[in-house]
Amino acid sequence: MITALSHPFFLHALLAGTAIALASGLVGYFLVLRAQTFTGDTLGHVAFTGAMAALAGGYDLRLGLFAATIGVALLLGALGRRGRPDDVVIGTLFSWILGLGTFFLTLYTTHRSSTQGNAGITVLFGSIYGLDATQTTTAVLIAAGITTAVLLLARPLLFASLDEAVAAARGVPATALGLGFLALAGACAAEVTQAVGSLLLLGLLAAPAGTAIRLTDRPYRALGLSAALAVLDLWAGLALSAQVPVLPPSFSIMAVTATCYAAAHLVGP
Amino acid sequence: MLLAETTPYAFTWNLVADVREMWSFPFMVNAFRAGAIVAVVAGAVGWFMVLRRQTFAGHTLSVVAFPGAALATLIGVSTAVGYLGACLLAAVVIAGLRESGRSGVAVESAATGTVQAFALACGFLFVTLYKGMLGGPQALLFGTFLGITTGQVALLTVVGAVVLTLLAAFGRPLLFASSDREVAAARGVPVRALGAGFLLLLGAATAEASQITGSLLVFALLVVPAATAQVLTARPVLGLALTVLLGLAACWLGLIAAFYQPYPLGFFVTTFAFAGYVLAQLTRAVRGAVGRVALPTGATS
Repeated sequence: MITALSHPFFLHALLAGTAIALASGLVGYFLVLRAQTFTGDTLGHVAFTGAMAALAGGYDLRLGLFAATIGVALLLGALGRRGRPDDVVIGTLFSWILGLGTFFLTLYTTHRSSTQGNAGITVLFGSIYGLDATQTTTAVLIAAGITTAVLLLARPLLFASLDEAVAAARGVPATALGLGFLALAGACAAEVTQAVGSLLLLGLLAAPAGTAIRLTDRPYRALGLSAALAVLDLWAGLALSAQVPVLPPSFSIMAVTATCYAAAHLVGP
Repeated sequence: MLLAETTPYAFTWNLVADVREMWSFPFMVNAFRAGAIVAVVAGAVGWFMVLRRQTFAGHTLSVVAFPGAALATLIGVSTAVGYLGACLLAAVVIAGLRESGRSGVAVESAATGTVQAFALACGFLFVTLYKGMLGGPQALLFGTFLGITTGQVALLTVVGAVVLTLLAAFGRPLLFASSDREVAAARGVPVRALGAGFLLLLGAATAEASQITGSLLVFALLVVPAATAQVLTARPVLGLALTVLLGLAACWLGLIAAFYQPYPLGFFVTTFAFAGYVLAQLTRAVRGAVGRVALPTGATS
Protein backbone atom coordinates (compact mmCIF):
# COMPACT_ATOMS: atom_id res chain seq x y z
CA MET A 1 0.00 0.00 0.00
CA ILE A 2 2.79 2.45 0.97
CA THR A 3 4.52 1.94 -2.37
CA ALA A 4 1.25 2.34 -4.23
CA LEU A 5 0.62 5.66 -2.50
CA SER A 6 3.91 7.02 -3.80
CA HIS A 7 2.67 6.87 -7.39
CA PRO A 8 0.91 10.06 -8.47
CA PHE A 9 -1.63 8.18 -10.60
CA PHE A 10 -2.71 6.18 -7.55
CA LEU A 11 -3.06 9.35 -5.46
CA HIS A 12 -5.17 10.94 -8.20
CA ALA A 13 -7.34 7.84 -8.37
CA LEU A 14 -7.77 7.85 -4.59
CA LEU A 15 -8.65 11.56 -4.44
CA ALA A 16 -11.04 11.62 -7.39
CA GLY A 17 -12.49 8.24 -6.48
CA THR A 18 -13.28 9.28 -2.90
CA ALA A 19 -15.11 12.41 -4.02
CA ILE A 20 -16.97 10.57 -6.78
CA ALA A 21 -17.96 7.68 -4.50
CA LEU A 22 -19.27 10.09 -1.86
CA ALA A 23 -21.48 11.83 -4.43
CA SER A 24 -22.67 8.57 -5.98
CA GLY A 25 -23.52 7.05 -2.60
CA LEU A 26 -25.77 10.02 -1.80
CA VAL A 27 -27.38 10.23 -5.24
CA GLY A 28 -27.70 6.43 -5.41
CA TYR A 29 -29.66 6.30 -2.16
CA PHE A 30 -32.35 8.58 -3.56
CA LEU A 31 -32.25 6.75 -6.90
CA VAL A 32 -33.03 3.44 -5.17
CA LEU A 33 -35.54 5.02 -2.80
CA ARG A 34 -37.45 6.55 -5.72
CA ALA A 35 -37.28 3.20 -7.63
CA GLN A 36 -35.39 4.91 -10.46
CA THR A 37 -32.56 2.38 -10.73
CA PHE A 38 -33.44 1.73 -14.36
CA THR A 39 -33.03 5.45 -15.04
CA GLY A 40 -29.52 5.19 -13.59
CA ASP A 41 -28.86 2.27 -15.91
CA THR A 42 -30.08 4.36 -18.86
CA LEU A 43 -27.85 7.28 -17.91
CA GLY A 44 -24.84 4.97 -17.99
CA HIS A 45 -25.53 3.97 -21.57
CA VAL A 46 -26.26 7.54 -22.57
CA ALA A 47 -22.90 8.52 -21.09
CA PHE A 48 -21.21 6.14 -23.54
CA THR A 49 -22.97 7.68 -26.52
CA GLY A 50 -22.20 11.20 -25.33
CA ALA A 51 -18.53 10.47 -24.83
CA MET A 52 -18.25 8.78 -28.22
CA ALA A 53 -20.05 11.64 -29.97
CA ALA A 54 -17.68 14.15 -28.38
CA LEU A 55 -14.64 12.10 -29.39
CA ALA A 56 -15.93 11.63 -32.94
CA GLY A 57 -16.55 15.37 -33.20
CA GLY A 58 -13.13 16.15 -31.78
CA TYR A 59 -14.22 17.67 -28.48
CA ASP A 60 -13.26 16.92 -24.90
CA LEU A 61 -14.78 13.63 -23.82
CA ARG A 62 -16.14 15.09 -20.59
CA LEU A 63 -18.12 17.76 -22.43
CA GLY A 64 -20.04 15.03 -24.24
CA LEU A 65 -20.50 13.05 -21.04
CA PHE A 66 -22.08 15.85 -19.06
CA ALA A 67 -24.15 17.26 -21.95
CA ALA A 68 -25.60 13.83 -22.82
CA THR A 69 -26.36 12.60 -19.31
CA ILE A 70 -27.88 15.82 -17.99
CA GLY A 71 -29.80 16.38 -21.24
CA VAL A 72 -31.31 12.90 -21.31
CA ALA A 73 -32.03 12.99 -17.58
CA LEU A 74 -34.07 16.17 -18.10
CA LEU A 75 -35.75 14.67 -21.18
CA LEU A 76 -36.82 11.61 -19.17
CA GLY A 77 -38.11 13.92 -16.47
CA ALA A 78 -40.13 15.93 -18.98
CA LEU A 79 -41.59 12.75 -20.54
CA GLY A 80 -42.33 11.53 -17.02
CA ARG A 81 -44.71 14.26 -16.03
CA ARG A 82 -46.74 14.46 -19.20
CA GLY A 83 -47.29 10.91 -20.41
CA ARG A 84 -46.13 8.86 -17.40
CA PRO A 85 -43.57 6.93 -19.45
CA ASP A 86 -42.69 3.70 -17.73
CA ASP A 87 -39.64 1.53 -18.09
CA VAL A 88 -40.77 0.45 -21.55
CA VAL A 89 -40.55 3.96 -22.99
CA ILE A 90 -37.21 4.53 -21.26
CA GLY A 91 -35.95 1.20 -22.59
CA THR A 92 -37.05 1.97 -26.15
CA LEU A 93 -35.34 5.35 -26.08
CA PHE A 94 -32.10 4.13 -24.61
CA SER A 95 -31.67 1.12 -26.87
CA TRP A 96 -31.70 3.55 -29.78
CA ILE A 97 -29.29 5.92 -28.04
CA LEU A 98 -26.95 2.99 -27.50
CA GLY A 99 -27.23 2.14 -31.19
CA LEU A 100 -26.20 5.72 -31.96
CA GLY A 101 -23.26 5.15 -29.61
CA THR A 102 -21.96 2.29 -31.75
CA PHE A 103 -22.34 4.53 -34.80
CA PHE A 104 -20.16 7.22 -33.20
CA LEU A 105 -17.71 4.55 -32.04
CA THR A 106 -17.28 3.35 -35.63
CA LEU A 107 -17.06 6.91 -36.89
CA TYR A 108 -14.37 7.64 -34.31
CA THR A 109 -12.29 4.52 -34.86
CA THR A 110 -12.39 4.80 -38.66
CA HIS A 111 -11.84 8.53 -39.08
CA ARG A 112 -9.50 9.27 -36.19
CA SER A 113 -7.67 6.00 -36.28
CA SER A 114 -4.43 7.25 -34.71
CA THR A 115 -5.61 6.29 -31.24
CA GLN A 116 -7.57 3.18 -32.36
CA GLY A 117 -10.44 1.42 -30.65
CA ASN A 118 -9.30 1.51 -27.02
CA ALA A 119 -11.25 4.70 -26.33
CA GLY A 120 -14.52 2.76 -26.48
CA ILE A 121 -13.35 0.25 -23.90
CA THR A 122 -12.03 3.05 -21.67
CA VAL A 123 -15.39 4.78 -21.65
CA LEU A 124 -17.30 1.54 -21.11
CA PHE A 125 -15.18 0.14 -18.29
CA GLY A 126 -13.43 3.21 -16.93
CA SER A 127 -9.78 4.01 -16.32
CA ILE A 128 -9.49 5.48 -12.85
CA TYR A 129 -5.69 5.18 -13.00
CA GLY A 130 -5.66 7.30 -16.15
CA LEU A 131 -6.77 10.55 -14.48
CA ASP A 132 -4.22 13.37 -14.56
CA ALA A 133 -3.92 16.25 -12.08
CA THR A 134 -6.30 18.69 -13.80
CA GLN A 135 -8.89 15.99 -14.48
CA THR A 136 -8.71 15.00 -10.81
CA THR A 137 -9.22 18.61 -9.68
CA THR A 138 -12.25 19.03 -11.95
CA ALA A 139 -13.74 15.70 -10.89
CA VAL A 140 -13.31 16.53 -7.18
CA LEU A 141 -14.83 20.00 -7.59
CA ILE A 142 -17.87 18.73 -9.52
CA ALA A 143 -18.37 15.86 -7.08
CA ALA A 144 -18.22 18.33 -4.19
CA GLY A 145 -20.86 20.43 -5.94
CA ILE A 146 -23.15 17.41 -6.40
CA THR A 147 -22.64 16.37 -2.76
CA THR A 148 -23.50 19.84 -1.48
CA ALA A 149 -26.59 20.08 -3.68
CA VAL A 150 -27.89 16.66 -2.57
CA LEU A 151 -27.31 17.48 1.10
CA LEU A 152 -29.11 20.82 0.74
CA LEU A 153 -32.06 19.16 -1.01
CA ALA A 154 -32.04 16.06 1.20
CA ARG A 155 -34.91 16.98 3.51
CA PRO A 156 -37.56 18.04 0.97
CA LEU A 157 -36.38 15.38 -1.48
CA LEU A 158 -36.77 12.68 1.14
CA PHE A 159 -40.28 13.92 1.91
CA ALA A 160 -41.21 14.04 -1.78
CA SER A 161 -39.71 10.59 -2.43
CA LEU A 162 -41.46 8.84 0.44
CA ASP A 163 -44.89 10.39 -0.01
CA GLU A 164 -45.24 12.56 -3.09
CA ALA A 165 -48.92 13.40 -2.67
CA VAL A 166 -48.63 14.57 0.95
CA ALA A 167 -45.43 16.45 0.15
CA ALA A 168 -47.15 18.27 -2.73
CA ALA A 169 -50.09 19.09 -0.49
CA ARG A 170 -47.72 20.55 2.12
CA GLY A 171 -46.28 22.90 -0.52
CA VAL A 172 -43.11 20.99 -1.46
CA PRO A 173 -42.48 21.55 -5.20
CA ALA A 174 -42.34 17.80 -5.90
CA THR A 175 -42.09 17.91 -9.70
CA ALA A 176 -39.39 20.59 -9.72
CA LEU A 177 -37.49 18.60 -7.09
CA GLY A 178 -37.82 15.43 -9.18
CA LEU A 179 -36.46 17.22 -12.24
CA GLY A 180 -33.62 18.79 -10.26
CA PHE A 181 -32.74 15.42 -8.80
CA LEU A 182 -32.65 13.86 -12.27
CA ALA A 183 -30.22 16.56 -13.41
CA LEU A 184 -28.03 15.81 -10.37
CA ALA A 185 -28.22 12.08 -11.15
CA GLY A 186 -27.13 12.84 -14.73
CA ALA A 187 -24.14 14.87 -13.55
CA CYS A 188 -23.29 12.12 -11.07
CA ALA A 189 -23.47 9.46 -13.80
CA ALA A 190 -21.03 11.48 -15.92
CA GLU A 191 -18.68 11.68 -12.92
CA VAL A 192 -18.84 7.99 -12.10
CA THR A 193 -18.18 7.13 -15.76
CA GLN A 194 -14.72 8.65 -15.37
CA ALA A 195 -14.01 6.33 -12.43
CA VAL A 196 -15.49 2.94 -13.23
CA GLY A 197 -16.91 3.40 -16.72
CA SER A 198 -20.39 3.82 -18.10
CA LEU A 199 -21.34 0.15 -17.92
CA LEU A 200 -20.33 -0.29 -14.30
CA LEU A 201 -21.60 2.96 -12.82
CA LEU A 202 -24.83 1.28 -11.81
CA GLY A 203 -22.85 -0.80 -9.32
CA LEU A 204 -21.53 2.25 -7.51
CA LEU A 205 -24.96 3.91 -7.58
CA ALA A 206 -27.25 1.01 -6.67
CA ALA A 207 -25.23 -1.47 -4.61
CA PRO A 208 -24.17 0.70 -1.62
CA ALA A 209 -27.66 2.21 -1.45
CA GLY A 210 -29.30 -1.21 -1.66
CA THR A 211 -27.00 -2.48 1.10
CA ALA A 212 -27.78 0.51 3.33
CA ILE A 213 -31.54 0.13 2.83
CA ARG A 214 -31.29 -3.53 3.79
CA LEU A 215 -29.39 -2.71 6.98
CA THR A 216 -31.50 0.13 8.35
CA ASP A 217 -35.00 1.54 7.93
CA ARG A 218 -34.18 5.04 9.18
CA PRO A 219 -33.77 7.41 6.20
CA TYR A 220 -30.92 9.69 7.37
CA ARG A 221 -28.95 6.79 8.79
CA ALA A 222 -29.40 4.91 5.50
CA LEU A 223 -28.32 8.00 3.52
CA GLY A 224 -25.13 8.35 5.57
CA LEU A 225 -24.47 4.62 5.50
CA SER A 226 -24.89 4.53 1.72
CA ALA A 227 -22.31 7.32 1.24
CA ALA A 228 -19.90 5.74 3.74
CA LEU A 229 -20.24 2.31 2.13
CA ALA A 230 -19.62 3.72 -1.34
CA VAL A 231 -16.39 5.40 -0.19
CA LEU A 232 -15.23 2.32 1.74
CA ASP A 233 -16.02 0.07 -1.24
CA LEU A 234 -13.94 2.29 -3.47
CA TRP A 235 -10.99 2.34 -1.06
CA ALA A 236 -11.13 -1.41 -0.59
CA GLY A 237 -11.37 -1.89 -4.35
CA LEU A 238 -8.34 0.32 -5.03
CA ALA A 239 -6.37 -1.45 -2.30
CA LEU A 240 -7.31 -4.82 -3.74
CA SER A 241 -6.21 -3.88 -7.23
CA ALA A 242 -2.95 -2.47 -5.82
CA GLN A 243 -2.22 -5.77 -4.03
CA VAL A 244 -3.30 -7.98 -6.94
CA PRO A 245 -2.18 -6.12 -10.07
CA VAL A 246 -3.88 -8.55 -12.45
CA LEU A 247 -7.29 -7.25 -11.34
CA PRO A 248 -8.40 -4.08 -13.13
CA PRO A 249 -9.54 -1.43 -10.59
CA SER A 250 -13.06 -1.28 -12.04
CA PHE A 251 -13.48 -4.99 -11.45
CA SER A 252 -12.15 -4.97 -7.90
CA ILE A 253 -14.39 -2.03 -6.92
CA MET A 254 -17.43 -3.84 -8.34
CA ALA A 255 -16.38 -7.09 -6.64
CA VAL A 256 -16.22 -5.36 -3.25
CA THR A 257 -19.58 -3.59 -3.68
CA ALA A 258 -21.28 -6.80 -4.81
CA THR A 259 -19.75 -8.75 -1.91
CA CYS A 260 -21.02 -6.15 0.59
CA TYR A 261 -24.47 -6.32 -0.96
CA ALA A 262 -24.52 -10.12 -0.86
CA ALA A 263 -23.34 -10.08 2.77
CA ALA A 264 -26.11 -7.65 3.75
CA HIS A 265 -28.57 -9.84 1.89
CA LEU A 266 -27.51 -12.87 3.93
CA VAL A 267 -27.29 -11.27 7.38
CA GLY A 268 -30.13 -8.76 6.88
CA PRO A 269 -33.49 -9.25 8.55
CA MET B 1 -13.84 -5.58 -40.83
CA LEU B 2 -15.53 -2.98 -42.95
CA LEU B 3 -17.32 -4.72 -45.73
CA ALA B 4 -17.90 -1.68 -47.87
CA GLU B 5 -14.17 -1.04 -48.14
CA THR B 6 -13.41 -4.53 -49.35
CA THR B 7 -16.36 -5.06 -51.67
CA PRO B 8 -17.23 -2.83 -54.59
CA TYR B 9 -20.96 -3.49 -54.21
CA ALA B 10 -23.35 -0.60 -54.21
CA PHE B 11 -27.04 -0.52 -53.50
CA THR B 12 -29.23 -0.29 -56.58
CA TRP B 13 -33.00 -0.12 -56.79
CA ASN B 14 -33.02 -3.42 -58.64
CA LEU B 15 -33.93 -5.27 -55.46
CA VAL B 16 -33.87 -8.77 -56.94
CA ALA B 17 -30.33 -8.28 -58.16
CA ASP B 18 -29.34 -6.82 -54.79
CA VAL B 19 -30.68 -9.81 -52.91
CA ARG B 20 -29.03 -12.22 -55.34
CA GLU B 21 -25.75 -10.37 -54.89
CA MET B 22 -25.97 -10.46 -51.09
CA TRP B 23 -26.97 -14.08 -50.97
CA SER B 24 -24.05 -15.09 -53.16
CA PHE B 25 -22.08 -14.90 -49.89
CA PRO B 26 -22.81 -17.91 -47.66
CA PHE B 27 -22.22 -15.81 -44.52
CA MET B 28 -24.92 -13.35 -45.61
CA VAL B 29 -27.39 -16.20 -46.12
CA ASN B 30 -26.55 -17.45 -42.65
CA ALA B 31 -26.87 -13.94 -41.27
CA PHE B 32 -30.36 -13.58 -42.75
CA ARG B 33 -31.39 -17.01 -41.40
CA ALA B 34 -29.98 -16.28 -37.93
CA GLY B 35 -31.53 -12.81 -37.95
CA ALA B 36 -34.95 -14.27 -38.75
CA ILE B 37 -34.77 -16.84 -35.93
CA VAL B 38 -33.53 -14.30 -33.43
CA ALA B 39 -36.13 -11.70 -34.40
CA VAL B 40 -39.00 -14.17 -34.06
CA VAL B 41 -37.88 -15.59 -30.70
CA ALA B 42 -36.89 -12.24 -29.20
CA GLY B 43 -40.10 -10.65 -30.47
CA ALA B 44 -42.38 -13.29 -28.95
CA VAL B 45 -40.61 -13.36 -25.59
CA GLY B 46 -40.20 -9.58 -25.62
CA TRP B 47 -43.92 -9.06 -26.04
CA PHE B 48 -44.53 -10.87 -22.75
CA MET B 49 -41.63 -9.00 -21.15
CA VAL B 50 -43.15 -5.64 -22.06
CA LEU B 51 -46.57 -6.82 -20.89
CA ARG B 52 -45.05 -7.85 -17.54
CA ARG B 53 -43.07 -4.59 -17.31
CA GLN B 54 -39.84 -6.52 -16.72
CA THR B 55 -37.64 -4.39 -18.97
CA PHE B 56 -35.00 -3.89 -16.29
CA ALA B 57 -34.68 -7.63 -15.67
CA GLY B 58 -34.59 -8.20 -19.44
CA HIS B 59 -31.84 -5.66 -19.88
CA THR B 60 -29.82 -7.21 -17.05
CA LEU B 61 -30.16 -10.69 -18.57
CA SER B 62 -29.01 -9.36 -21.93
CA VAL B 63 -25.86 -7.69 -20.61
CA VAL B 64 -25.00 -10.82 -18.62
CA ALA B 65 -24.40 -12.53 -21.95
CA PHE B 66 -21.18 -10.53 -22.27
CA PRO B 67 -19.26 -12.08 -19.32
CA GLY B 68 -20.56 -15.50 -20.38
CA ALA B 69 -19.12 -15.16 -23.85
CA ALA B 70 -15.91 -13.62 -22.53
CA LEU B 71 -15.40 -16.49 -20.09
CA ALA B 72 -16.12 -19.03 -22.82
CA THR B 73 -13.47 -17.41 -25.02
CA LEU B 74 -11.02 -17.38 -22.11
CA ILE B 75 -11.35 -21.06 -21.25
CA GLY B 76 -11.71 -22.08 -24.87
CA VAL B 77 -15.25 -23.42 -25.22
CA SER B 78 -17.87 -22.37 -27.74
CA THR B 79 -19.23 -18.88 -27.12
CA ALA B 80 -22.77 -20.16 -27.69
CA VAL B 81 -22.38 -22.30 -24.55
CA GLY B 82 -21.11 -19.25 -22.65
CA TYR B 83 -24.04 -17.11 -23.75
CA LEU B 84 -26.64 -19.70 -22.78
CA GLY B 85 -24.98 -20.69 -19.51
CA ALA B 86 -24.54 -17.13 -18.28
CA CYS B 87 -28.05 -15.98 -19.21
CA LEU B 88 -29.77 -18.98 -17.66
CA LEU B 89 -27.65 -18.70 -14.50
CA ALA B 90 -28.47 -15.00 -14.17
CA ALA B 91 -32.16 -15.76 -14.67
CA VAL B 92 -32.01 -18.24 -11.77
CA VAL B 93 -30.17 -15.69 -9.57
CA ILE B 94 -32.64 -12.89 -10.31
CA ALA B 95 -35.61 -15.19 -9.77
CA GLY B 96 -34.06 -16.33 -6.46
CA LEU B 97 -33.47 -12.76 -5.31
CA ARG B 98 -37.08 -11.93 -6.15
CA GLU B 99 -38.37 -14.90 -4.17
CA SER B 100 -36.43 -14.06 -1.01
CA GLY B 101 -36.84 -10.27 -1.33
CA ARG B 102 -39.10 -9.20 1.53
CA SER B 103 -40.04 -5.74 0.37
CA GLY B 104 -41.01 -3.62 -2.57
CA VAL B 105 -39.82 -2.63 -5.98
CA ALA B 106 -36.98 -0.41 -4.74
CA VAL B 107 -34.90 -3.13 -3.08
CA GLU B 108 -35.63 -5.56 -5.90
CA SER B 109 -34.33 -3.20 -8.57
CA ALA B 110 -31.23 -2.45 -6.49
CA ALA B 111 -30.57 -6.20 -6.42
CA THR B 112 -31.01 -6.48 -10.19
CA GLY B 113 -28.70 -3.51 -10.74
CA THR B 114 -26.03 -5.00 -8.50
CA VAL B 115 -26.15 -8.32 -10.36
CA GLN B 116 -25.83 -6.49 -13.67
CA ALA B 117 -22.87 -4.31 -12.67
CA PHE B 118 -21.01 -7.22 -11.10
CA ALA B 119 -21.58 -9.43 -14.14
CA LEU B 120 -20.27 -6.74 -16.48
CA ALA B 121 -17.25 -6.23 -14.24
CA CYS B 122 -16.53 -9.97 -14.42
CA GLY B 123 -16.78 -9.76 -18.20
CA PHE B 124 -14.25 -6.93 -18.19
CA LEU B 125 -11.92 -9.01 -16.01
CA PHE B 126 -12.14 -11.98 -18.39
CA VAL B 127 -11.44 -9.76 -21.38
CA THR B 128 -8.43 -8.25 -19.59
CA LEU B 129 -7.10 -11.70 -18.69
CA TYR B 130 -7.51 -12.88 -22.28
CA LYS B 131 -4.97 -10.58 -23.89
CA GLY B 132 -5.21 -12.00 -27.41
CA MET B 133 -8.72 -10.71 -28.05
CA LEU B 134 -7.88 -7.45 -29.84
CA GLY B 135 -11.10 -5.66 -30.65
CA GLY B 136 -12.87 -8.73 -29.31
CA PRO B 137 -14.81 -7.09 -26.51
CA GLN B 138 -16.44 -4.76 -29.00
CA ALA B 139 -17.61 -7.68 -31.13
CA LEU B 140 -19.08 -9.31 -28.00
CA LEU B 141 -20.73 -6.08 -26.88
CA PHE B 142 -21.97 -4.74 -30.19
CA GLY B 143 -22.30 -7.88 -32.26
CA THR B 144 -21.14 -9.00 -35.63
CA PHE B 145 -22.95 -10.66 -38.47
CA LEU B 146 -19.81 -11.72 -40.27
CA GLY B 147 -18.84 -15.33 -39.95
CA ILE B 148 -22.01 -16.89 -38.61
CA THR B 149 -21.58 -20.59 -39.35
CA THR B 150 -24.22 -23.10 -40.42
CA GLY B 151 -23.65 -24.93 -37.12
CA GLN B 152 -24.52 -21.78 -35.18
CA VAL B 153 -27.71 -21.38 -37.21
CA ALA B 154 -28.65 -24.99 -36.38
CA LEU B 155 -28.08 -24.37 -32.66
CA LEU B 156 -30.11 -21.16 -32.82
CA THR B 157 -32.94 -23.06 -34.51
CA VAL B 158 -33.00 -25.77 -31.84
CA VAL B 159 -32.92 -23.38 -28.87
CA GLY B 160 -35.44 -21.07 -30.56
CA ALA B 161 -37.82 -23.96 -31.23
CA VAL B 162 -37.62 -25.08 -27.58
CA VAL B 163 -38.29 -21.53 -26.33
CA LEU B 164 -41.23 -21.01 -28.68
CA THR B 165 -42.75 -24.41 -27.84
CA LEU B 166 -42.58 -23.71 -24.10
CA LEU B 167 -43.98 -20.24 -24.65
CA ALA B 168 -46.87 -21.67 -26.68
CA ALA B 169 -47.53 -24.32 -24.03
CA PHE B 170 -47.62 -21.85 -21.14
CA GLY B 171 -48.84 -18.86 -23.14
CA ARG B 172 -52.41 -18.78 -21.82
CA PRO B 173 -51.69 -19.00 -18.06
CA LEU B 174 -48.71 -16.67 -18.53
CA LEU B 175 -50.90 -14.09 -20.28
CA PHE B 176 -53.46 -14.39 -17.47
CA ALA B 177 -50.80 -14.08 -14.75
CA SER B 178 -49.15 -11.15 -16.55
CA SER B 179 -52.28 -9.08 -17.07
CA ASP B 180 -53.89 -9.67 -13.66
CA ARG B 181 -51.61 -11.26 -11.12
CA GLU B 182 -53.96 -11.24 -8.13
CA VAL B 183 -56.96 -12.70 -9.92
CA ALA B 184 -54.80 -15.33 -11.59
CA ALA B 185 -53.30 -16.32 -8.23
CA ALA B 186 -56.77 -16.53 -6.70
CA ARG B 187 -57.90 -18.78 -9.55
CA GLY B 188 -55.09 -21.20 -8.74
CA VAL B 189 -52.57 -20.22 -11.45
CA PRO B 190 -49.03 -20.83 -10.06
CA VAL B 191 -47.99 -17.20 -10.51
CA ARG B 192 -44.55 -17.45 -8.88
CA ALA B 193 -43.48 -20.58 -10.76
CA LEU B 194 -44.67 -19.00 -14.03
CA GLY B 195 -42.68 -15.84 -13.26
CA ALA B 196 -39.49 -17.81 -12.61
CA GLY B 197 -40.07 -19.97 -15.69
CA PHE B 198 -40.59 -16.88 -17.81
CA LEU B 199 -37.30 -15.41 -16.60
CA LEU B 200 -35.57 -18.61 -17.80
CA LEU B 201 -37.20 -18.29 -21.22
CA LEU B 202 -36.15 -14.64 -21.32
CA GLY B 203 -32.61 -15.73 -20.50
CA ALA B 204 -32.57 -18.26 -23.33
CA ALA B 205 -33.99 -15.72 -25.80
CA THR B 206 -31.45 -13.06 -24.86
CA ALA B 207 -28.64 -15.60 -25.14
CA GLU B 208 -29.82 -16.33 -28.69
CA ALA B 209 -30.12 -12.76 -29.75
CA SER B 210 -26.78 -11.74 -28.18
CA GLN B 211 -24.93 -13.81 -30.74
CA ILE B 212 -26.16 -11.57 -33.54
CA THR B 213 -26.62 -8.10 -32.09
CA GLY B 214 -24.09 -8.26 -29.26
CA SER B 215 -25.10 -8.20 -25.66
CA LEU B 216 -25.65 -4.44 -25.43
CA LEU B 217 -28.12 -4.24 -28.30
CA VAL B 218 -30.23 -7.35 -27.73
CA PHE B 219 -32.44 -5.20 -25.69
CA ALA B 220 -33.45 -3.33 -28.85
CA LEU B 221 -34.85 -6.51 -30.43
CA LEU B 222 -36.56 -7.49 -27.17
CA VAL B 223 -38.23 -4.26 -26.23
CA VAL B 224 -38.71 -1.97 -29.22
CA PRO B 225 -40.87 -4.15 -31.55
CA ALA B 226 -42.99 -5.24 -28.58
CA ALA B 227 -43.42 -1.67 -27.36
CA THR B 228 -44.38 -0.58 -30.90
CA ALA B 229 -46.97 -3.36 -31.20
CA GLN B 230 -48.47 -2.51 -27.82
CA VAL B 231 -48.85 1.11 -28.88
CA LEU B 232 -50.79 -0.05 -31.96
CA THR B 233 -52.97 -2.81 -30.54
CA ALA B 234 -53.97 -4.29 -27.20
CA ARG B 235 -55.16 -7.61 -28.67
CA PRO B 236 -52.75 -10.40 -27.73
CA VAL B 237 -52.62 -12.51 -30.91
CA LEU B 238 -52.50 -9.53 -33.26
CA GLY B 239 -49.92 -7.85 -31.02
CA LEU B 240 -47.68 -10.92 -30.97
CA ALA B 241 -47.85 -11.28 -34.75
CA LEU B 242 -47.13 -7.58 -35.23
CA THR B 243 -44.16 -7.77 -32.84
CA VAL B 244 -42.60 -10.65 -34.72
CA LEU B 245 -43.15 -8.91 -38.08
CA LEU B 246 -41.67 -5.63 -36.86
CA GLY B 247 -38.65 -7.40 -35.36
CA LEU B 248 -38.06 -9.30 -38.57
CA ALA B 249 -38.36 -6.17 -40.68
CA ALA B 250 -35.93 -4.21 -38.48
CA CYS B 251 -33.44 -7.07 -38.46
CA TRP B 252 -33.47 -7.74 -42.22
CA LEU B 253 -33.49 -4.07 -43.21
CA GLY B 254 -30.60 -3.59 -40.78
CA LEU B 255 -28.68 -6.44 -42.42
CA ILE B 256 -29.22 -4.99 -45.88
CA ALA B 257 -28.12 -1.52 -44.77
CA ALA B 258 -25.09 -2.89 -42.92
CA PHE B 259 -24.06 -4.83 -46.04
CA TYR B 260 -23.94 -1.68 -48.15
CA GLN B 261 -22.79 0.84 -45.54
CA PRO B 262 -19.63 0.85 -43.43
CA TYR B 263 -21.51 1.39 -40.16
CA PRO B 264 -22.33 -1.30 -37.59
CA LEU B 265 -25.35 -3.58 -37.79
CA GLY B 266 -26.51 -2.66 -34.29
CA PHE B 267 -26.84 0.98 -35.25
CA PHE B 268 -29.10 0.18 -38.22
CA VAL B 269 -31.25 -2.35 -36.38
CA THR B 270 -31.87 -0.03 -33.43
CA THR B 271 -32.51 2.93 -35.72
CA PHE B 272 -35.07 1.10 -37.88
CA ALA B 273 -36.80 -0.32 -34.82
CA PHE B 274 -36.88 3.05 -33.11
CA ALA B 275 -38.18 4.75 -36.27
CA GLY B 276 -41.05 2.23 -36.26
CA TYR B 277 -41.80 3.08 -32.64
CA VAL B 278 -41.85 6.83 -33.32
CA LEU B 279 -44.12 6.28 -36.35
CA ALA B 280 -46.48 4.19 -34.22
CA GLN B 281 -46.64 6.89 -31.55
CA LEU B 282 -47.29 9.55 -34.22
CA THR B 283 -50.02 7.40 -35.79
CA ARG B 284 -51.71 7.04 -32.45
CA ALA B 285 -51.42 10.75 -31.75
CA VAL B 286 -52.90 11.64 -35.16
CA ARG B 287 -55.64 9.05 -34.75
CA GLY B 288 -56.44 10.46 -31.32
CA ALA B 289 -56.57 14.03 -32.67
CA VAL B 290 -58.79 12.98 -35.58
CA GLY B 291 -61.02 11.13 -33.13
CA ARG B 292 -61.37 14.21 -30.95
CA VAL B 293 -62.23 16.37 -33.94
CA ALA B 294 -64.66 13.82 -35.40
CA LEU B 295 -66.50 13.11 -32.17
CA PRO B 296 -68.05 16.57 -31.48
CA THR B 297 -69.19 17.01 -35.09
CA GLY B 298 -70.74 13.56 -34.96
CA ALA B 299 -72.49 14.47 -31.73
CA THR B 300 -73.95 17.74 -33.04
CA SER B 301 -75.29 16.36 -36.29
